[in-house]
Amino acid sequence: MHASLRRVYWWLIAPAVLLMLVFYIYPLIQVLWISVTDPVPGLGNYSELIDRALIHRIWMTTIRVCVITTVITVVCGYIVAYTMAQVGERQRTWMMFCVLLTFWLSVLIRAFAWVMLLRTQGLINTGLQELGLIDQPLRLVRNEFGVIVGMVHFMLPLAVLPIYSNMTGIQDRLVSAARGLGASPWVAFKDVYLPLSKPGLIAATILVFVFSLGFFITPALLGGGKVVMISEYIQVSFEETLRWGQATMLASTLLFSVFLSLALVARFVDLKKVFGAR
Amino acid sequence: MPDGSTGARSGHALSLRNLSKVYGSLAAVDGVDLDVPRGSFLTLLGPSGSGKTTILMAIAGFVEPSGGSILLDDKDITRFPPDKRNFGMVFQGYALFPHMTVADNIWFPLKVRGVSKADASAKIKSALELVQMGHLAERYPSQLSGGQQQRVALARAIVFEPDLLLLDEPLSALDKKLRADLQWELKSLHQRLGTTFIYVTHDQEEALSMSDTIIILRDGKIEQQGQPGALYEKPATRFVADFLGKSNFLQGTVGEKKDGAFTYVCGGQPLVQVGAAEHTKVNGDVVVALRPEKIALSAERPAATNAVSGKITAFNYYGSAYHFQVQTEALGELIATTPAWTCQIEPSIGNTIWLGWEPDASVVVRDR
Repeated sequence: MHASLRRVYWWLIAPAVLLMLVFYIYPLIQVLWISVTDPVPGLGNYSELIDRALIHRIWMTTIRVCVITTVITVVCGYIVAYTMAQVGERQRTWMMFCVLLTFWLSVLIRAFAWVMLLRTQGLINTGLQELGLIDQPLRLVRNEFGVIVGMVHFMLPLAVLPIYSNMTGIQDRLVSAARGLGASPWVAFKDVYLPLSKPGLIAATILVFVFSLGFFITPALLGGGKVVMISEYIQVSFEETLRWGQATMLASTLLFSVFLSLALVARFVDLKKVFGAR
Repeated sequence: MPDGSTGARSGHALSLRNLSKVYGSLAAVDGVDLDVPRGSFLTLLGPSGSGKTTILMAIAGFVEPSGGSILLDDKDITRFPPDKRNFGMVFQGYALFPHMTVADNIWFPLKVRGVSKADASAKIKSALELVQMGHLAERYPSQLSGGQQQRVALARAIVFEPDLLLLDEPLSALDKKLRADLQWELKSLHQRLGTTFIYVTHDQEEALSMSDTIIILRDGKIEQQGQPGALYEKPATRFVADFLGKSNFLQGTVGEKKDGAFTYVCGGQPLVQVGAAEHTKVNGDVVVALRPEKIALSAERPAATNAVSGKITAFNYYGSAYHFQVQTEALGELIATTPAWTCQIEPSIGNTIWLGWEPDASVVVRDR
């Protein structure tokens, strides 16, 4: 590339870089700084990760909810994306519209809507009772079930989009070729289509898992204080117990665990390829 | 397994009975009857939209016919799914599995038939050697050239000894020289394997050079079928004469008939033509197809029975041949080709030359 042209490009991204530095990198450094200086300098805050049973429990809840959410979301997302890749142009447009529709609704409204549906006097419980299928209302909310339902709902487009985008690059005739060479529909899918859609699956898994780790509103509302995940506990530490050292430590740990999970995945797959940089 | 013996195995025969495929109100294939003899090399040739690919896809099992049946050695396979037909197929654009090595691609049809890689290794090796790709077994398809990918696709389609080999425009993505080389290879492969080949192309040169039989398709119907030489020399219709090679078309009015020949007048010019008494009647219209290479070019009036003069309006030099466009008074513009090294005339625009041909050099065709 021409040197002067490259300089123009640097100037073009300069405002964005500046914005990131001032409003993102600088506060982040401050968070890291507070986590090792408040209330006293040292790694005292981080020792809580090992010492305090409450923080253990919160971390375990977070990881469990995130893993279950990720698995369900990616499986459902794969099915939706696969269907979108197979149907005709008209149906595909409608499906894409429905997938994106959830994006346009506020996350708060969606969480409240799930509460309305899932609560004891909600539509689902009263409906099932009137049909005579259950005697007592089911506990569908203020527990991990409710949190996972809400999170899967929020995350689904994040899984569908990368998987679908990957699938559009898979040639139909490869599956036909497999069938023609003697593979049953299932074997053709398992041995040809599935491996070729792996980059999309991995991208979706990373995206959903990383998003889930720091998720706040949905677990807070649908968990109703019963399912406390890291981000909710950070908020409590910041605003209610005013333990900023602990809050920033947990925030930093959350950030590190995102990096850690990316590093783990990178051992097995080429992340640049997965996210389309190569 | 292909072992290099010459035509040892007799292939299978395939028949289509009144096969049709309708998309909406359009008949892509319209009542095709066809017999593919055992071990033959049959080519479906036609322009795009002629139904050739649809027929091949119906044979392969990817397109469900709207009517009619497909028989393999008298067994009705019309409703069989593709994986139950045991046909090898080479797709347009090769369709190699990009996540598998060359060896694994070739193993695939054996693997789905329950053969372990260890047991398949001898077959994989000899299939690769048959297409001269033995040294590239561990490469991935993306690391191969187009010609090499084509060879791998071929090896993958024959390694499991299919009952038929179906080829869908396999050479269309290759450059001209490679295409010519692979025509020799495909033909020799066919002779060595003895498998029945069904080949789809829109390239008349490929069809002529390799096939035992050519089926010319037009609008979902068979226009004409026969051996390459017979089709080229005796096209039944204007369409065939134009699609298979090049032709000049002389439209005239029949004069008198005599001794298996007749005279006709074209643009005021009397000409003589042999044969085809059943298609012509006195004072009726007639269309005669005249191949450009059958016209003799000369500077002086030739002794040939039919001779017209004209001016050269354009010419191309191909090293081995000259192609001329000649404007004649009576017959309009004619094209004529001649070997360059024996060219009898001065190739320059505006030059007046003579074109001559005998009554049996051209052929009467139906005007459709």
